Amino acid sequence: MKYLCLVYLDRENWSSCPDAVCADYVQHLVENGNFVAGDPLHPVESATTVRVRNGKTQLYDGPFAETKELLAGYYMLDARDLNDALRLAAGIPPAKYGSIEVRPVRQLDLGDTISDSQS
Amino acid sequence: MPVDARQPVDEGSAVIRDLYKRDGRRVYAALVRLLGDFDRAEEATQIAFLAAASRWPAEGVPRKPVQWLISAGRFRMIDQMRRDRRMTQWSDEAERAVERLELQQDPETIEDDRLRLIFTCCHPSLSEEAAVAMTLREVCGLATEAIASAFLVAPPTLAQRIVRAKSKIRDACIPYEVPDTDELPRRLDRVLRVVYLAFTEGHSSSGGENLVQADLMAEAIRLGRLILKLLPEAEVQGLLALMILQHARHAARMSPGGDLIPLDEQDRGLWDHAAIAEGAEHARQALLSGRSGPYTLQAAIAASHAEAPRFEDTDWAEIAGLYAALLRIEPSPVIALNHAVAIAMRDGPETGLALIEPLLQADRLGRYHLAHAARADLLRRMGRTDAARQSYETARDLATQEAERRFITRRLAEIGP
Repeated sequence: MKYLCLVYLDRENWSSCPDAVCADYVQHLVENGNFVAGDPLHPVESATTVRVRNGKTQLYDGPFAETKELLAGYYMLDARDLNDALRLAAGIPPAKYGSIEVRPVRQLDLGDTISDSQS
Repeated sequence: MPVDARQPVDEGSAVIRDLYKRDGRRVYAALVRLLGDFDRAEEATQIAFLAAASRWPAEGVPRKPVQWLISAGRFRMIDQMRRDRRMTQWSDEAERAVERLELQQDPETIEDDRLRLIFTCCHPSLSEEAAVAMTLREVCGLATEAIASAFLVAPPTLAQRIVRAKSKIRDACIPYEVPDTDELPRRLDRVLRVVYLAFTEGHSSSGGENLVQADLMAEAIRLGRLILKLLPEAEVQGLLALMILQHARHAARMSPGGDLIPLDEQDRGLWDHAAIAEGAEHARQALLSGRSGPYTLQAAIAASHAEAPRFEDTDWAEIAGLYAALLRIEPSPVIALNHAVAIAMRDGPETGLALIEPLLQADRLGRYHLAHAARADLLRRMGRTDAARQSYETARDLATQEAERRFITRRLAEIGP
């Protein structure tokens, strides 16, 4: 049995939880065999929403603010870049009926010890 | 890099200044590809031109100055990135950047870089307002303050919009590429829409009052010419034609007092007839290509209006036909309204009114002041003064711009009590 746990945060608390704490918890889950996949996301401004209507792909800046639409599943994709990811997202079958929010995954920022940080 | 020492650089470095004005954004676009980052490329562009200013006076202007600048910019930036202590943890990226230096740098790649920059700035994942700001800032090189002033927003707001767009390009990994053939038409639509938005922002402003907005029109036309050169598609030419034609009549559409002057009252002597000839030729070529779309048809309509020596000479049959074609590919209520007005001019106000009435019933045009103003004009021509007055009053109450309200008020005064 797999469970997808979606983390929701408001803007005020977006950066409240230190990444190192998250990394420790992931380590704990890995050690206990509970971890399948998990990543933090860049803020919603980096999102693109994809819909397919009448065979045409429509792209929207940001998350699709349709409160009627509830989360129905998720795909973790490995794509070359955003255009590649959007092409793959447009192929996800429910894109014809609802919308797919494409959010880039970021890496935990653990300072000097591990690579990757913002310039 | 070969250097042609026979071409001296004068003390004022006018050559470098001209080169910066003409090719600064070409150098920048190439450096975005090579360095993989907007901000670093901006810095490298400045460094490259500074290097030119210090070396060219003694060494002469290189035979290929643009390539020289791109090389200078990237090498010096890589040096700086290596020296930068923060870069120690970024060795992979620095190495990748160095590897990119080995890539071929033929002129075609450099031209494509400008197109890559345009498509990246107009990516559909960026909001339209962000795309317009990014295109004017990154592709045209306009200052943030100038763009903010043209769009009547505070400079920090606009700067923030640009910073966010750049973050999104970096974080979401929007690639620096020209879309492939499958994607191109849809992506090009977005680019053209962004260019036209920049243009209309300048066009809808009151002429003369805001010089920055006049610059915006010129800049959008320059951008249109650039895209047409890089990507000779019918709709690119159609949009260029449309902008040139609208710009050509710009001086006549406002009175010195800032009042809107309708087409039938405009002083056609104020129109730029050389520009009209150029715009009409572009419109004709785009139309003949057989791949024309909404911009080409709008340009053809604008050309038809612009080529009539007097308002009475307007070829309404042609214009009505073009609107009918436009309505088929873009069935919008505003186009339907313009089509009805053209029909009214061709076949009489009664026929036009019969087409406008159902449009006003639909709620989308019911609150559009120009729809009521058009209805009022037709009623006035039919002699139904009371009904005309009522429609003008509705139009006046719905108008949002002061100049529009004044224009309708003037019409009201003309028909009398």
